[in-house]
Amino acid sequence: MKRVPTYGIMAEFASAQDLVTAARHTHEAGYRKIDAFSPFPVEELADAIGFHKNNVPLVTLIGAIVGGLTGYLMQYWMAVVNYPVNVGGRPYHSWPSFIIITFELTILFGGISAVFGMLALNGLPMPYHPVFNVPRFALASKDRFFLIVFASDPKYDANGTRQFLESLHARSVSEVPG
Amino acid sequence: MPDHLDNVEVANQRAPVIEPGYTFGTITDKISSIVLTRPTSLGWVVGFGAGFLVTMMLLFALGYLFIKGTGIWGINIPIGWGFAIVNFVWWIGIGHAGTLISAILLLLRQSWRNSINRFAEAMTLFAVACAGIFPLVHTGRPWLAYWMFPYPNTMNYWPQFRSPLLWDVFAVSTYFTISLLFWFIGLIPDLATLRDRADNKYARMSYGLLAMGWRGSARHWARYESAYLLLAGLATPLVLSVHTVVSFDFAVAIVPGWHTTIFPPYFVAGAIYSGFAMVLMLAIPIRKIYGLEDFITDRHLQNSAKVMLATGWIVAYGYGIEAFTGWYGGNRYDQALLWNRLHGPYAGLYWMLLICNIFIPQLLWFRKMRTNPVWLFMISGVILVGMWLERFVIIVLSLSRDFLTSSWGMYYPTRWDWMTYFGTIGMFLTAMFLFVRILPMISIFEMRTLLPEAEVKPE
Amino acid sequence: MENAKSKREDVCPGKKPANRMDRATVERQLKETKGPEYWRSLEELAGSPEFQDMLHREFPKGASEWLDSVSRRGFLQLMGASLAMAGMTGCTKLPLQEIVPYVRQPEQVIPGVAMYYATAFTLSGYANPLLVESHLGRPTKIEGNNLHPASLGGTDIFAQASILGMYDPDRSQAITHLGDVEPWAEFVKEIKGPLAVQKALAGAGIRILTQTISSPTLKDQMQAFLAMYPKAKWHVYEPVNRDNTLEGAKLAFGEALETQYRLENAAVIVSLDADFLYAGFPGNVRYIRDFAKKRNPDAEMSRMYVVESNPSSTGAKADHRLPVRASEVEGFARAIASAVGVNVGGAPSSGEHTKFVESVVEDLQKHEGESVIIAGDHQPPAVHALAHAMNVALGNVGKTVVYTDPVDSNPVNQVESLRDLVSDMRTGQVDLLVIMGGNPVYDAPADLGFRDCLKNSKISLRIYHGLYENETAELCHWSVNEAHYLEAWSDGRAYDGTVSVVQPLIAPLYAGKSAHEMLSALVSVPDATGYEIVRGHWQKQHAGPEFEAWWRKTLNDGFIEGSAYPPKSVSLKLQSLPVAAAVGANSLEVNLRRDPSVYDGQFANNGWLQELPKPMSKLTWDNAVLIGPKMADREGIKTMDVVTLELGGRKITGPVWIQAGHPDHSVTVHLGYGRRKAGRAGTGAGFDAYVLRTTNALWFATGGKLTKTGDHYQLASTQGYQTMDTGDGETRPLVRAATLEEYRKEPKFAKEGEPPAALTLYPGYDYKKSPDAWGMTIDLNACVGCNNCIIACQSENNIAVVGKEQVVKGRHMHWIRVDAYYQGDRDAPQAYFQPVPCMQCENAPCELVCPVGATVHSSEGLNDMVYNRCIGTRYCSNNCPYKVRRFNFLLFQDWETPQYKLMRNPDVSVRSRGVMEKCTYCVQRITEHRINAETAAVRENREFKIEDGSLQTACQQSCPADAIVFGNINDPNSRVAKLKAQDRNYGLLADLNTRPRTTYLAEIRNPNPELET
Repeated sequence: MKRVPTYGIMAEFASAQDLVTAARHTHEAGYRKIDAFSPFPVEELADAIGFHKNNVPLVTLIGAIVGGLTGYLMQYWMAVVNYPVNVGGRPYHSWPSFIIITFELTILFGGISAVFGMLALNGLPMPYHPVFNVPRFALASKDRFFLIVFASDPKYDANGTRQFLESLHARSVSEVPG
Repeated sequence: MPDHLDNVEVANQRAPVIEPGYTFGTITDKISSIVLTRPTSLGWVVGFGAGFLVTMMLLFALGYLFIKGTGIWGINIPIGWGFAIVNFVWWIGIGHAGTLISAILLLLRQSWRNSINRFAEAMTLFAVACAGIFPLVHTGRPWLAYWMFPYPNTMNYWPQFRSPLLWDVFAVSTYFTISLLFWFIGLIPDLATLRDRADNKYARMSYGLLAMGWRGSARHWARYESAYLLLAGLATPLVLSVHTVVSFDFAVAIVPGWHTTIFPPYFVAGAIYSGFAMVLMLAIPIRKIYGLEDFITDRHLQNSAKVMLATGWIVAYGYGIEAFTGWYGGNRYDQALLWNRLHGPYAGLYWMLLICNIFIPQLLWFRKMRTNPVWLFMISGVILVGMWLERFVIIVLSLSRDFLTSSWGMYYPTRWDWMTYFGTIGMFLTAMFLFVRILPMISIFEMRTLLPEAEVKPE
Repeated sequence: MENAKSKREDVCPGKKPANRMDRATVERQLKETKGPEYWRSLEELAGSPEFQDMLHREFPKGASEWLDSVSRRGFLQLMGASLAMAGMTGCTKLPLQEIVPYVRQPEQVIPGVAMYYATAFTLSGYANPLLVESHLGRPTKIEGNNLHPASLGGTDIFAQASILGMYDPDRSQAITHLGDVEPWAEFVKEIKGPLAVQKALAGAGIRILTQTISSPTLKDQMQAFLAMYPKAKWHVYEPVNRDNTLEGAKLAFGEALETQYRLENAAVIVSLDADFLYAGFPGNVRYIRDFAKKRNPDAEMSRMYVVESNPSSTGAKADHRLPVRASEVEGFARAIASAVGVNVGGAPSSGEHTKFVESVVEDLQKHEGESVIIAGDHQPPAVHALAHAMNVALGNVGKTVVYTDPVDSNPVNQVESLRDLVSDMRTGQVDLLVIMGGNPVYDAPADLGFRDCLKNSKISLRIYHGLYENETAELCHWSVNEAHYLEAWSDGRAYDGTVSVVQPLIAPLYAGKSAHEMLSALVSVPDATGYEIVRGHWQKQHAGPEFEAWWRKTLNDGFIEGSAYPPKSVSLKLQSLPVAAAVGANSLEVNLRRDPSVYDGQFANNGWLQELPKPMSKLTWDNAVLIGPKMADREGIKTMDVVTLELGGRKITGPVWIQAGHPDHSVTVHLGYGRRKAGRAGTGAGFDAYVLRTTNALWFATGGKLTKTGDHYQLASTQGYQTMDTGDGETRPLVRAATLEEYRKEPKFAKEGEPPAALTLYPGYDYKKSPDAWGMTIDLNACVGCNNCIIACQSENNIAVVGKEQVVKGRHMHWIRVDAYYQGDRDAPQAYFQPVPCMQCENAPCELVCPVGATVHSSEGLNDMVYNRCIGTRYCSNNCPYKVRRFNFLLFQDWETPQYKLMRNPDVSVRSRGVMEKCTYCVQRITEHRINAETAAVRENREFKIEDGSLQTACQQSCPADAIVFGNINDPNSRVAKLKAQDRNYGLLADLNTRPRTTYLAEIRNPNPELET
């Protein structure tokens, strides 16, 4: 009989408070490959599991800048370089008129890169994920809070980790099959 | 932190944003059950059916329009823009409240918004969709409307970037896209909730697809939150810009009554004004029908009413300044326009719009009015009518008498004008009915954050 | 197709005589025959007269296959073998005979290059000399003949619009006998018998009723006919006749004379109810030109007094206009006459206007020999006689007034002539009646009862020859379709007697016959062609070898040199005039006038004219009961209220239009509407005012009665608001005017509100780069509101007719309009005309707002409209302060009717639904001239230049007043540049800094200081 490789060990908590505390302890205990799940954003959690580098703002900034440049240069090229034509005696380069579309495209590109940047960095969409194999995990989108230590963590060892998590007053601890 | 504010407010005996006694679980159950377990009521079927029929009428009217041409409407020379553009501006304006609530109030940490932002955003989307119809179909040759987009073509010819109409194209399409994204990413965590709770296999699958495998990981939440905030940050100037650009359609033109610098601020205020009116007209019946008084509390109604009162005064100021500059500016054409508004053939409508937009809303000074859903509902209706009249007066009245007296004219809407207008209202309602039936109309995860339990004490 | 079908049906109603062939029988005969004999039989068949007849019915020469509802396919299967037949039915052949182009004859017609031919359009006997533009044998545009003294390049609206008349699909398209289509041969055969009978009686039973005829050839033929049938009678009748003028001349001089005016010499003009500056008045085109010349404020400026019973464009141009009832004009005439020393007895009565009369008299006496008194055609003979007497007394004869032989070749009292005819018909003395042209059943005086008389009379053979199957044709046995003047050879005399030769531009579309051919058939020479007849006539006059050259030159110039009537010396025989019975001051006077747009009704089916705003009321598609504001207030009548108007027991019902400046106690009703059988445009439009018209009161009568019916009727006026006052008490300086004194004091008065050139932060576009920068000036002082530019533009630029409902909605399509404004007292206002085409603004507001760049500026300063690029947002029109842009709200253009396809100007694209359009300064003409100039420049290897004045826009070309000047403003020596340099030059709404390229020269009036109050 072939043994199913474990993906990690998951502990369930009753409140955000417990989860944050537990996560912080786990991190302090030297576990690095960990993650926490909550039914709503808990600001402290990211810090607790040691997640600090969030690139969404950068992506958004780049997107916005690209959008702005695109907007202005497009108009400049089309109205001044490629097909200049006398419209109502206005100069070809009517920069005040070009500002609005420049602005709109800045917002558009910025917004799109924010959303899709976020999804990409989160690796979404991802319809299947091992954590879903834990029946109780369905409650993660309702009122339960989970902490997981991945099997890939150097400090990971099936029994030690399980005991460690239980020591954090988890309501239950279960193994996540990979 | 929102929670602090709330506690303070509760201390001040102010109506809470959420009635006490709820847990993460009960909130989740109450809201998701409306979609998942609640049986389709007869009322819903009737309402949806009615909306659908009116939408069909819209399609009929548009079909005839495409066959015959814009001549079936009441427009003419000098009045080249009639109902189509009036409705366009009106709908776009209504849309604004949604973005304002979801974006600006988010930035301002107005956590009471959490229970109304979801359907306010939906309302925005549908309103903008309705608005988007008009600029397209009001053209003489709608099948060529795509020429307004800069795409490479054999003529090597490009759109004319000095035209406010083109600005509109970009502003409105950007606005729609951003609103859609905002609304959608707001939905993702709730879709996950529905995915995990739906019993029906197909429901589970479709919610699952839309949820894209959301599992509430801390890292995801972190990126999610920043993306959501950034989007709000981008949407805020956007929402202000959209009606500004719409107002440029008029302010940039030389028509007396259009060529006014006050337009951008006063259009934006007017937009929010009518937008909140529409929010209330939706929220009041919805919370009654679906028993959501605990989530959409009198506090929400009050705050919306206050916003309307404030924006209403900005609009009133706009009217005042318009009249003042018309008279004080000493420009013969503006003076004639002012006279024309007060005494001309459309004077009746002008007075009516003053009554609807300025006088009647003053009732909102009274707490009784602000807390009485029925009154609020009616006042909101009056404001929506008033705002529609405002656009009619600005567009039609100004065009009807411009520079050469020889070319003055009158505008009489035809039955096709009316059918198209009411048709879009039907379309809006249809979309609304569908929305409340298949998606959580209140943001579940944001509601959870309002509970005291959601708070994490720093150690 | 609907029209076509119904049309077809009423041309040949069901039943067909047995001997007649139809497709079924032909097919049967063909089936029975087989093999080689098939062909023989087909040829026999094809040769047989029945087949010819059927062929003609199925496929009338030229065009009626367009209206034929039977399947062409089946017909062609049948015809396959002998298509030679079909060959003779080409639709746009040049006439077989050689006609001579106005310009150098090219080797052959070059596609895309227009040719111009001289011809003439005749209205009520007076020929209007024309040049007609022809593309590949299709006449497309009518212009004035600038060589001809009566035109000098100008035309009037009726001549301009006549081209639409030629292509009118509702024209009578075949010869019909009791509704059955017959070939010409059949007609000729049928009339042989009756004519033979009459021959025996010396034609005692023959009556010919014609309209006024000035054609020398036709007169000749008529005399030949009368020589052949000595007892036959020639009657003449036109509803708009000049009996009064004729009788007036007889009263004054004892003989029938034509009166011509030389306004270029007139310093003081007094019009006694004469609208001599509007189409329909003989010589108006020339008069407008001369009048305008004398209105130049920088030279000797004339002064005009107008006493009139109905607001007219002449009255609008007057320095002093006095609205009085028509019946009061004679009193004025007498008052002035006696003051200038004409003694005809009777007590002069100038009523309360003594001051006016005194100043007029003073002015007249100051300008003896350079003044002129003009009496209106509808004024009684006495007034004409007085006018003549005054002109004699003031020594104007030979200077400002010239008398010649009458242009009318049969100057009889037309009403009397018709009366005789009717009484003959009643007493059964008429066996053969030929009605050539006109429509007496519709327009004869009501008391003659011509219609019933014709209906019930025992006349055994009644023949109608005319352009339409109208009310009269209905009551005749035979209806012969007349050839339009653009299809036939003829000739005619202009108001000064100069003979114009009428050249056809195209072979008859429906094989119509000209009056000449008709008459020659009556003298039993049925096959003589119009060409032979006309040419033959002139060959007799100019026998000799040089005739050919002379003929060519005549055709080339369009008129016979030196054929103008020489002035006659006259001696006044006027002793005393019985004073007309005084009329009650409050008795309602009813005026019946020819309509400014449809004349006497003969143009009722002309869409261009129907949609042409009448000069003073701007009404289209209808006539109305015009009343003055005073009366309206008194009677509590509003515009568009329906009233019944009663006169001598006769009644009409129609809507009221309150006309500023209309005299009190008087109404005016225009004739020519309420047609029962005019065609798709004319039938049913307006109400028939001929019902009120009786022989003793052709033009006006008192004793009318006006009563409200309480109904309401929608009238279609193209002008929203007819004053420059805005509701708030302001008056906008749209038309800028001053008196001569004010102008001399303050020459730059019109410049008010012009912004400085350097108003913008940004450098403007440099138009000096291009050799040409187009600009236009419109001299408001010269413009007399004749509307000619509107029709000229419509014809040149393929502008659609939209119909009454659309005009009511405010969607008419005219690229140039003539705004009429009234200022001051509504009962005696000052009226102004302002033609408004596209201003071609340098800072065009319309261009700025177009999202797709469908309207942009050319390097020559044109505000170009790119139809193909337009998506129809109408934003440009909203932002156009002049509202000169026109939008195709629906499919206004008629893409179906093939005649219109032939008529359109191939150089101008035909706009379809959903597209904005507007005046382009006739860019197609500009381009044509640029191309020619470039080729010339290359050929002669010199610098490229478009000669100033060689390039004219359509409106400018046909403007009789020469008020519109177009040219290159980059060239300081061009006429337009010089005009723009004048003090009077101003831009409309220039305060908006639109920098219009079209500017106006302010209007200057020359009022009599005596009368200034």
